[in-house]
Amino acid sequence: MIVLTVNNIRHELEIDPATPLLYVLRDTLGLHGAKYGCGLGQCGACTVMVDKRAVFSCLTPAAVLEGRQIKTIEGLGTIEHPGPLQQAFIDEQAAQCGYCIAGMIMRAEALLERNPSPTDAEIRAQMQPNLCRCGTHTRILAAIHRAAAVTRAAALAVPATQEAAR
Amino acid sequence: MRLRVAVITVVGVAALAIVGAAIWRPALSPVSVPSGFDPALVVKGSQLAAIGDCAVCHVGRDGQAYAGGNPVQTPFGAIYASNITPDPSTGIGTWSEAAFRRAMRDGVDRAGAFLYPAFPYNHYTHVTDADLSALYAFLMTRQPVPAPTPANRLLFPLNIRPIMAGWNLLFLHQGPVPTDPSQSETWNRGAYLVEGLGHCEACHTPHNVLGAEETGHAFTGGVAEGWEGPGLTAATSPAAVAWTADAIDRFLRQGIDNGHAAAAGPMGLVSHDLSGVPEADVRAMASYIASLTSAPDPAHEQQVAQRIAAAQRPPAALDGTPGATIFAGACAGCHGAGAPMMQAGRPSLGLSSAVTAPTPRNATQVILHGLQPQPGEAGPWMPGFAASLDDAQVAAVLSYVRARFTDRPAWTGVEESVHQIRQDKPS
Repeated sequence: MIVLTVNNIRHELEIDPATPLLYVLRDTLGLHGAKYGCGLGQCGACTVMVDKRAVFSCLTPAAVLEGRQIKTIEGLGTIEHPGPLQQAFIDEQAAQCGYCIAGMIMRAEALLERNPSPTDAEIRAQMQPNLCRCGTHTRILAAIHRAAAVTRAAALAVPATQEAAR
Repeated sequence: MRLRVAVITVVGVAALAIVGAAIWRPALSPVSVPSGFDPALVVKGSQLAAIGDCAVCHVGRDGQAYAGGNPVQTPFGAIYASNITPDPSTGIGTWSEAAFRRAMRDGVDRAGAFLYPAFPYNHYTHVTDADLSALYAFLMTRQPVPAPTPANRLLFPLNIRPIMAGWNLLFLHQGPVPTDPSQSETWNRGAYLVEGLGHCEACHTPHNVLGAEETGHAFTGGVAEGWEGPGLTAATSPAAVAWTADAIDRFLRQGIDNGHAAAAGPMGLVSHDLSGVPEADVRAMASYIASLTSAPDPAHEQQVAQRIAAAQRPPAALDGTPGATIFAGACAGCHGAGAPMMQAGRPSLGLSSAVTAPTPRNATQVILHGLQPQPGEAGPWMPGFAASLDDAQVAAVLSYVRARFTDRPAWTGVEESVHQIRQDKPS
């Protein structure tokens, strides 16, 4: 049995320990945000966070994840209440086909959690492993800048409320 | 008594004069930024600069070519590569050709300060006058970038530059690379490029406690910038099958040879630079390097091929080990039998020098940080696993790969080694 903690929920799973996390998320847990793109760690569509860092879930066997915190795009918000990055991607119309977007958002989330005010160069360096076949990279970059600015502004305006909301 | 004082004084003054003469180098007069170079000379210089890998260390902090500021990590601390663009105030714009030649030959800058051999003047000293003129023409026609070089962070007393006069006395052997009339012109050209500008020994030869290449151990393998420069001699090369001149030529120019492995770490940058060098020069370097190692042995190669074919099937003895589980979930998609990458003819892990090497250092670097081609260019690629695998998990998969794909003895102290390499800055 493998015990995984996904978006703060503990799951006891009877699975082959070699199964990549992506299949556990999609097939066993019904979390369809992370996408299968290449299965080789070359595209980033499967990106999720493990212990605050972005990883390719297609190349991460479940066996290495026991006792670690897994966060997927489902952990950032809902359709009714999107998180700051999700809202920024909507506002900037950053998705064309949208297949890469969940991975893009999770890689950006990993950056903003450790660096709330990244420079453009830092954003580009962080996002380098993730590909968008539609070519909406400029809007994706704009969305990440927007999310960072919105989060900073909110923190300045109502720090107490912001803390409470978390 | 008076006589004794006089003698001591005279001897003391003489000793001071000798030491002073040994460590004092005059400043050479500044010049205004020279121009009017023959374009053909500049082109030749660009190719020589690529062989010398100048751009690798002297990269600017924001990636501008030759602007310097990149810290070169040494066992003695960080040495910042200087700005070698022709900017008059922060670069080498006021350097005459004589000053440039002195830096390359003697390791002394225009102002008379000793340089550190992280700048491999112990190899550049062998470069001919004609080639130095071409390099000078090339550097003086680069875009000037105003970028001051940060101060080095070196351990005392190495931060006192005149100390390098003693180092030079011991370890700087000037003069041309000797010609061997019994060898071909190509081989001799290769010897000149490898021993001189190419400074291959800087990584592929062990260094002594003073940071100098050990005499008598040329090309027997060293460690630089966190990576192992594998031994290139017959006795020390970890290669599963011998390198031929053809294979080395491919590896140097294309960054991968399917019979061996992909160039990684600092070697990836070297092969990237060599891709733009005249083919005859890379061929010559390959010819010289191949002569250091043993000739191919068809019987041995067949044994290796059989072992690799057998390793296609995960061995039952390793079934269910943590390494086998991680390999199946993280590695087999590319390195397993039938994976698209293997179908494309890429080398088996059993051929990789990183896997057959005496230590797991290079394999650890690749697993932690992956392999990335230069931005915007095609080349061998691998994702890094530093964020998803902990030290014990990386160690487990390293030991598994070693046992499954090679007949070499198991590595020892793997987890501690992974822990240490993870702490070091990736280069």
